[in-house]
Amino acid sequence: MLGKTAGGLYWMFRNLERAENTARLIEAGFRIALTRSQDKASEWKSVATTAGAAGAFSQKYEGFDSADVIDFLLRDTDNPSSVMSVIKSARDNARLVRTALTTEVWTAVNDNWMTMKDLLAEPVVETELPKVLDTIRQQSALVRGALHGTMLRNDIYDFARLGTFIERADNTARIIDVKYYTLLPSTSFVGSSLDNVQWETILRSVSAHRAFRWLDEEDMTASSVAQFLILDRRLPRSLLFSLQQTCSNLERLCDAYGERHTSQDHASQMVDGLTKRDIASIFDEGLHEFITGFIRDNNALGQMIEQDYKFYG
Amino acid sequence: MDDTEKHFDEMRGPADQVRPPYATYRTWFDQQDPERLRSKHEEAEAFFRRTGITFNVYGEDAAQERLIPFDLVPRIISGRQWQKLSKGIEQRVTAINAFLHDIYHRQEILRSGRMPRELIAQNDAFLPQMIGMAPPGNVYTHIVGTDIVRIGEDDFYVLEDNARTPSGVSYMLENRETMLQMFPELFARIKVQPVSDYPKNLRASLAACAPASCQGKPRVAVLTPGIYNSAYFEHSFLADQMGAQLVEGHDLRVVDGHIKMRTTRGYEQIDVLYRRVDDEYLDPLTFNPESTLGVPGIMDVYRAGNITIANAPGTGVADDKAIYSYMPELVEFYTGEKAILKNVDTWRCSEPDSLSYVLDNLADLVVKEVHGSGGYGMLVGPAASKQELEDFAAKLRARPSNYIAQPTLSLSTVPIFVEQGLAPRHVDLRPFALVSPKGINITPGGLTRVALKEGSLVVNSSQGGGTKDTWVLED
Repeated sequence: MLGKTAGGLYWMFRNLERAENTARLIEAGFRIALTRSQDKASEWKSVATTAGAAGAFSQKYEGFDSADVIDFLLRDTDNPSSVMSVIKSARDNARLVRTALTTEVWTAVNDNWMTMKDLLAEPVVETELPKVLDTIRQQSALVRGALHGTMLRNDIYDFARLGTFIERADNTARIIDVKYYTLLPSTSFVGSSLDNVQWETILRSVSAHRAFRWLDEEDMTASSVAQFLILDRRLPRSLLFSLQQTCSNLERLCDAYGERHTSQDHASQMVDGLTKRDIASIFDEGLHEFITGFIRDNNALGQMIEQDYKFYG
Repeated sequence: MDDTEKHFDEMRGPADQVRPPYATYRTWFDQQDPERLRSKHEEAEAFFRRTGITFNVYGEDAAQERLIPFDLVPRIISGRQWQKLSKGIEQRVTAINAFLHDIYHRQEILRSGRMPRELIAQNDAFLPQMIGMAPPGNVYTHIVGTDIVRIGEDDFYVLEDNARTPSGVSYMLENRETMLQMFPELFARIKVQPVSDYPKNLRASLAACAPASCQGKPRVAVLTPGIYNSAYFEHSFLADQMGAQLVEGHDLRVVDGHIKMRTTRGYEQIDVLYRRVDDEYLDPLTFNPESTLGVPGIMDVYRAGNITIANAPGTGVADDKAIYSYMPELVEFYTGEKAILKNVDTWRCSEPDSLSYVLDNLADLVVKEVHGSGGYGMLVGPAASKQELEDFAAKLRARPSNYIAQPTLSLSTVPIFVEQGLAPRHVDLRPFALVSPKGINITPGGLTRVALKEGSLVVNSSQGGGTKDTWVLED
């Protein structure tokens, strides 16, 4: 496979994952803004920060008005991480690697782009927002379904999955990072409504609020939420889960190519490190420090993959 | 006035009866519910958009992608007529390859005085770098798209020989695919010669032109300028259908005297490069130094006989509009036979007598730039306003050698499907010929382009043209 093709697949799926995650973030922010009248601006600010767009946003707008943030994160093409920008970029990458995709996957990505172009042609009014966010997630699900249902399980698939999980791990880590103070035991008024709302928001941003309840965690505590998001092996958006997936896709590449690179070693070290941890030791280390370190290592892993598999000249 | 009355209509013929090739189709058409056809038409458009069969228009926003409108009425050619056409194309393509070999070697045609030396000496498409160089298999034009128009029952003219990187073949294939999906019952009633072998034939033909030094199965790649190129869809489509790699210049480099592509496992060799990048951008070390679309050093590899470039650099000298006017002589010179396909009368404005004739009759002529393509920079006299004629006359006087002129041909019409039913529109035809040392292969039919605007003669997709499926009957 061409290095460029591997890179195109990787970025195509990073972008698709990002679109979906941004939609979830907006949804969680929207919900909290609906249920709590005070301090909306700081909620929207943290949404923008989590999406990595607070800096660019502040250059364009005063304050953090909900309509502005939503527009910036959904539609603004000046924002390279807006849903519209990343869906366009995913589709451009899909065109680039079209010969590596099945017709079903290509059509799903192209449909996604055409649907979003229509849906996001005008600013989204609040009453329409839930429908729009729903469509974004549905469209992503269609692409993912086409990928799972029709693609050979070869290196093409592995690079697609690597993009997905590197992005997902980064995203979950950012959510924790921005909200880490609400997860610290020291500041917790355990069981207070404020904490509950915050934790629920976090869980909603990774579509895990119901899963959390199914797991019979009656006690919603800072530490149980943090444990769930970081160390749970069943939650498809936890840090450990994403990392394990990345690692296993890298191992598959290593088997297929008969060649081991630094990225494999780095990934398995990260998995080993994380499996040995428990949540208490993470809190001892400092949640913020831990998360910052994770984001750094995950980014470094992404760069190693780019180099090991010659994405760029 | 019904402007189409004086034209040959391929369905109705001169006697206003349905011509035999269309008989079965017309019977079928008359039985169809127009409502169903309309919804089929919309289905087809949606299919093209979803599949991404689009092209980018230069000068517009990079994100701007357009569909080439597809008309669901096929253009039908009898097997007998096709045989004659395809013989004529084969002859012409053979002559073009012989001409290219000659012009880059002994230049017999210039020595014989049948073609003026200036035509070559002052031609930008003539590449001195190709002098004395023998391309693998001695093939220059691996793929040729010959633009043909029809005037009457047996009256076919070649309008242009596209010997560089002709495009449109993906539409030929997708149009047929779409027709098969929409109207399977038609193909049960009417025996149409298939076109679907084209990608397989293209691959085989390219592989047969691999360099002599190539060992094992030749590795073929398609070189594209990238996703914003107007024909990117076609590049990826052909690579996909052939099972070849789709590469850009930055994926390739010269390693140990060979062209290699950067893969996830290191550098791998390519033997045949089907390039869809113009000569000028092919090698920044040899041609345009600013080019980022090509591969630095590829011309050295080419000269050393370690890569096949298809089509060969420098083939543009054969499809120049000034050379075009010499095609009848050229065919005779190299094949020893009279040209089967006719040439359109052409006035070379570089010749003073011709220029004054052209200026006097501008309103009746079509004037084209010698090096232009895609219908840009041309004047269609009968359709031009007084002001446009005057402006163009000024351009002609300023640079006469930049132009040729031809009579306005009354191109044949084929009906398209409109609100009111069927309506005649002008068409042309671009069949595709593949050349290798094993022979010339021409896919039955080709791409029919149709001017969708009533009375219009401009079929180019960049200027409001559409396409039709082209059927050659098994008869």
